Amino acid sequence: MCQVEEDYNGLECNQEKIPVSGLNRKCMKCKEGTAVLIIRVSDAFCRSCFKEYFIHKFRAMLGKNRVIFPQEKVLLAVSGGAASCTMLSQVQEGLSRDAPKKLRFMPGIVYIDDGGACGRSEDERQTSISQLKNIFTQTGFPYFIVPLEKVFSLPTSVLVPGTSDPDPSNPCYKQAVDKYLKEKQKLREEEAVCAVAQLNLEDSAYLPEHKLALQRLFSSLKTLSAKQEMLQTLRQHLILHVARENSYSKVMMGESCSRLAVKLLSNIALGRGAALASDTGFSDPRFGDVVIVRPMRDYSSKEITFYNRMFHVPSVFIPGLDTKSHDKASIQRLTESFVTNLQADFPSTVSTIYRTSEKLHTVRPPQSQSTEPEPASKCLLCLCALDTTADKASAFHATLISEQLSQLRLQEGSVDLVAGSSDQCCVEDQTCGTSGCCSSKRTPVQQDLKTLLCYSCRLTVKDMAAVNTLPPYILTEAEKRQRRSQMKVEISEYLLEEDQD
Amino acid sequence: MAAPLGLHLEFGGGAELLFDGVKNHHVTLPDQSNPWDMKQLLAWIRGNMLKERPELFMQGDTVRPGILVLINDADWELMGELDYQLQDKDNVVFISTLHGG
Repeated sequence: MCQVEEDYNGLECNQEKIPVSGLNRKCMKCKEGTAVLIIRVSDAFCRSCFKEYFIHKFRAMLGKNRVIFPQEKVLLAVSGGAASCTMLSQVQEGLSRDAPKKLRFMPGIVYIDDGGACGRSEDERQTSISQLKNIFTQTGFPYFIVPLEKVFSLPTSVLVPGTSDPDPSNPCYKQAVDKYLKEKQKLREEEAVCAVAQLNLEDSAYLPEHKLALQRLFSSLKTLSAKQEMLQTLRQHLILHVARENSYSKVMMGESCSRLAVKLLSNIALGRGAALASDTGFSDPRFGDVVIVRPMRDYSSKEITFYNRMFHVPSVFIPGLDTKSHDKASIQRLTESFVTNLQADFPSTVSTIYRTSEKLHTVRPPQSQSTEPEPASKCLLCLCALDTTADKASAFHATLISEQLSQLRLQEGSVDLVAGSSDQCCVEDQTCGTSGCCSSKRTPVQQDLKTLLCYSCRLTVKDMAAVNTLPPYILTEAEKRQRRSQMKVEISEYLLEEDQD
Repeated sequence: MAAPLGLHLEFGGGAELLFDGVKNHHVTLPDQSNPWDMKQLLAWIRGNMLKERPELFMQGDTVRPGILVLINDADWELMGELDYQLQDKDNVVFISTLHGG
């Protein structure tokens, strides 16, 4: 506790530019080599000490947390950016060692090509992919390159959390996957691999109608904040699916502590406060059978960039949704510029925010402690525990009520409008063809969907002009859950109350 | 210090997008009576090289926070940052660590 005070004292007096003692500053560790970079306020490292420090940190992170077992299959989510490429090189490093402390898991790589959502041309996407392929083939690990368009052929089971239990009470998905894998093998033996609406992951091609559907989905999102959230969600679903289908039980993400600090603050602003612990922690168990780990969360983006530069770690820069956007374009962007600007003057900003994230834990709601992890208690999109069960005297309910009231007035005033625009809706629906949705169904779907979402995902969906542009697996699962809860209401009077004291 | 300075400038991590997507630049700084320092170099880059959106690269008279600067492969914080006096054939690298470049 007293350390906190010390830190603050240190902040106040050390703030004003620590005197930089000339060009020939020595490494603070070996005191011999010439320093090449400053990591924290006054810690200067030389090249070789920095390398040692960097590699040690990665192994220490995995060693300390002990979540990855020997021979376990681990999927590395690589975006091409500096952090995830460094993670890849660290894994390679750890596996190639002769030392007894060698890492012993079996890695694979997944890359989600989100160029379709970011408006990149086919040529640009192919160039990036071929650059990444070069990097991936050099590692010798198996790799999957999946275009984001594949979300339109995902099965609904992606949205159902699995169980890591050896004796699972809800084994549907695992059984399904096992069965699928066995069937797939059989099929292979018979050499009749006809894909029955299943993802063929070796094939990175996608259907042109899916490309259009993806464009429709993202143009239907009105704000950049919502687009970034949706992209994040869909990417996570794809990664999860790749992991499950190929029986990977861990997924490694390359988020650095600089990135996590930004994510922590922007997630609060986005209404994801209840899910902070799993969104930013070292391990994220929300999917049950596939655990997400973040081994790069101890490195700052400066360390990563310097390491990449000094030790020639290849990475590919791929423009994303927020490339070249201004500081106020989205909540995420604004938070990033807030944190980095603050960090420039107060170098402990990122580490302070990041240490906070380490202390966060999710209090398990009482219902999830009971026997079955019901999918209905999880958010349809982000699969976090629903935070919308707050009692009536909460800010959340106040917002809901005021929303309902304002909608009432709107409906009264816009009766004519709705009647007039109904023709238009029909025309739109004809163009979207394959999804087979009709305008009469549209509004109910949006309202129904909301009850299945957590607070933050509700906000994202609220920013959508047309909810039916969502990929079919989400809509189908939503309908299913809706029907189920309806049925539950219908038969509720015949059920015995579970939680009677 | 009268001779013109030849520098190798490199942009990475997305910063190259503001320079027509070109990562490597060989530039020659014109003669001037005082030696060139980083502050002047940045002003020169802004005036002569930046193709668009200077606010995404510069903030005031320094680089935007989140863009790292390396001089001859060492952290510029060790070299005196804006006060560093450039030498002939110096290698200056700018890398963006910001999301999306």
